[in-house]
Amino acid sequence: MSETSTATTHLVEAKSATIAFGGLRAVDSVDLHIDAGEIVALIGPNGAGKTTFFNLLTGIYTPTEGEVLFDGRSVSGVKPHVIAARGISRTFQNIRLFKAMTSLENVMIGRHVRTKSGPFGATFRTPAFRREEAQIQADAERWLEFVGLSQFANEIASSLPYGAQRRLEIARALATEPKLICLDEPAAGMNNKESAELNQLIFRIRDELGITVLLIEHDMKVVMNLAERIYVLDFGKLIAQGTPGEIQANPAVIEAYLGKGADAIVRERAEAQAAAETDASRGSTPPNASANDDLLESDGIIMTPPNAQAKEDA
Amino acid sequence: MTTERDNINSEAPSLAADLLPAAKPMFKKQRGSKTSPLKVILLVILALALIAAPIIFQGFGQLLLIRIFAIVGLYIILAMGLNIVVGYAGLLDFGRMAFYAFGAYAAMLIGVPLAQALGPQLGGWAYVVSLVGGAIVSSLVGFLLSLPVMRLRGDYLAIVTLGFGEIVRICLQNNFLGLSNGAQGLPRTGQTLPAPPGLDWLKMNVYFPINDRFVIEFSSNVYWYYIILILLVVAIIVVRRQDNSRLGRSWAALREDEVAAAAMGVNTTRAKTWAFVLGALWGGVAGATFSYFQMVASPETFNFFNSVLVLAIVVIGGMGSIPGVIVGALAIQGIPEFIRWFAQNFLSGAASGIDKTVSNYRNLILGLLMVVMMAIRPAGLIPSKRIKREIHGAGGSDGSTRVEGDVLVNGVPAGIEGATPGGGEGA
Ligand SMILES: Nc1ncnc2c1ncn2[C@@H]1O[C@H](COP(=O)(O)OP(=O)(O)OP(=O)(O)O)[C@@H](O)[C@H]1O
Ligand SMILES: [Mg+2]
Repeated sequence: MSETSTATTHLVEAKSATIAFGGLRAVDSVDLHIDAGEIVALIGPNGAGKTTFFNLLTGIYTPTEGEVLFDGRSVSGVKPHVIAARGISRTFQNIRLFKAMTSLENVMIGRHVRTKSGPFGATFRTPAFRREEAQIQADAERWLEFVGLSQFANEIASSLPYGAQRRLEIARALATEPKLICLDEPAAGMNNKESAELNQLIFRIRDELGITVLLIEHDMKVVMNLAERIYVLDFGKLIAQGTPGEIQANPAVIEAYLGKGADAIVRERAEAQAAAETDASRGSTPPNASANDDLLESDGIIMTPPNAQAKEDA
Repeated sequence: MTTERDNINSEAPSLAADLLPAAKPMFKKQRGSKTSPLKVILLVILALALIAAPIIFQGFGQLLLIRIFAIVGLYIILAMGLNIVVGYAGLLDFGRMAFYAFGAYAAMLIGVPLAQALGPQLGGWAYVVSLVGGAIVSSLVGFLLSLPVMRLRGDYLAIVTLGFGEIVRICLQNNFLGLSNGAQGLPRTGQTLPAPPGLDWLKMNVYFPINDRFVIEFSSNVYWYYIILILLVVAIIVVRRQDNSRLGRSWAALREDEVAAAAMGVNTTRAKTWAFVLGALWGGVAGATFSYFQMVASPETFNFFNSVLVLAIVVIGGMGSIPGVIVGALAIQGIPEFIRWFAQNFLSGAASGIDKTVSNYRNLILGLLMVVMMAIRPAGLIPSKRIKREIHGAGGSDGSTRVEGDVLVNGVPAGIEGATPGGGEGA
């Protein structure tokens, strides 16, 4: 893990990547690397800088210090569409589908970067143009089928159920044929069944398509099931990295999520949850549920045993 | 840029084709529903009516009606160009007349000397060269304008294009570089504008008196009506094809969410540039034809109010909708003219002054119409389905959610000009 890395061996390599918004160092001297074929998670409390790191990686922001390499080349100052062509695609935390387009049209946009026809071909409907259009549509249909959304092909994106919208974003990202797909909280807003299906989908993306996955996720069940390695950000700084098991046992992580004296709180919360579960039949919300989402989600870290079965599947 | 894309080859099998089984085609054929027999019949009737109209008007001596239709046709072409910029790419342009002006002046500057060089036999073809020249010059100007305004959106873009339109008009008025001949315009006194190809022949050979009140003949008004009709049909076909293509999809993506479009690999700069260029092209085509039809290009035509008028045609008709643009032009450019024509021909005494009243109140009525339309039909008279969905939030979560969290720069969503700190476009 601590090998002095040569740029060419890693798919992604951040070298003290930093971005400051005024005085706020949203991403602060982050060093990390991702190898081809890995599923890596990036976790941390709200506002830790996870999404901002995605924005650095996908060219929406440029690092103010340090750099991020993809395939050994810096992505600093490279335009987003060029980065997409190099092979990074992403989804968004707040779904950013083209809402007024159909599902199929959304995915067809993803094909843009691997196709090339322009106004000339469009105007004169050249044979090459027609071939390419047919291919774009056929590919888009396949990607919809891959994520299981065929039945929604002609539906307007915004009319899809929430979980389906998240998968449609993944299909659109896959259509760009990335080497690396960055998923920003793909399980957010999903029910248990949906997030289990999402787990399967993400494994298929890696295993069947050979695409490297970088994942931001607050749902610790999803993270622990999927990720082979985890990086933890807090206030823009990398505070821990390691396997799911290592991260769950890491005091710095527990502290980041729960604050100082976390152990005591953890015990209290365990009792509170036990109480809440007896309440659950009456449908009342657990006592601290609305206080802080992170506290709730961190239950996964502390209390859910590592899901050994899922690890064997992977 | 090409080195970035050298691994991209559309002929190469895609990842999907390599790895995934073929999906059953589930996409409705896009044109399938368009060819209902009723629609075909209506279109044929419309086409016949449009072809017969000028002959009939001419026969009854109603030259003004032919001219009204011809001018409305030119405004439709002009508005279709603007529709690419505003309706498809979602960029505002308050200076549309500038492209009309470049088309008109380029046509004069090319056509007049060229006709002289070609001599009386071939001089007529100068119009064809002027048309192409006007389109090229105008597109080039569209390209040049797109360079500095590439990072502007919304209000900023509106102001810059407004300024651009006015600068062009003022330059023309002041005999810019000695080319534009000031307020008088082109052609200069003593120069003659060549007739378009075939007009003289048609004038001489098409003359059939049916009776002593109705004569089938081919005046220059009829001639230009047909030329404009042909150009209009070509424009409709070309613009529809461009909209219904990879480029058109990139415009739609750009319009809806520039950040997501860029992240999905759409070269937003290129898409915008094409919108400016292809939109300006139709301004040039309309302008060149306009100058031949009116036999003059003079600065007062290309004023700010007319630019607003063209924008109003697109907005009131229906952004991104070609039928909308046609209806918008008929309503905004056509109706006041028809009222004037009606007043001149059928009203007498005090009532005949209604045309003056109409033109006096036109701006007021237009303004009111705009306000009312924005309130009750924000997507226009004949809205594009997709834009209607965009405006009405498509029934899902509204656009405001997209700003939060993901890409927010000092309260401004990224993609707004200059907002991304060193990142994004053109950094
Ligand atoms: N463009 C910007 N301008 C100013 N501050 C920003 C900008 N983008 C992000 N930030 C700030 O940077 C910090 C990190 O934000 P970021 O969205 O990356 O957090 P996150 O880890 O994704 O959190 P969450 O789990 O809530 O999504 C926050 O304090 C945020 O307000
Ligand atoms: Mg985030």
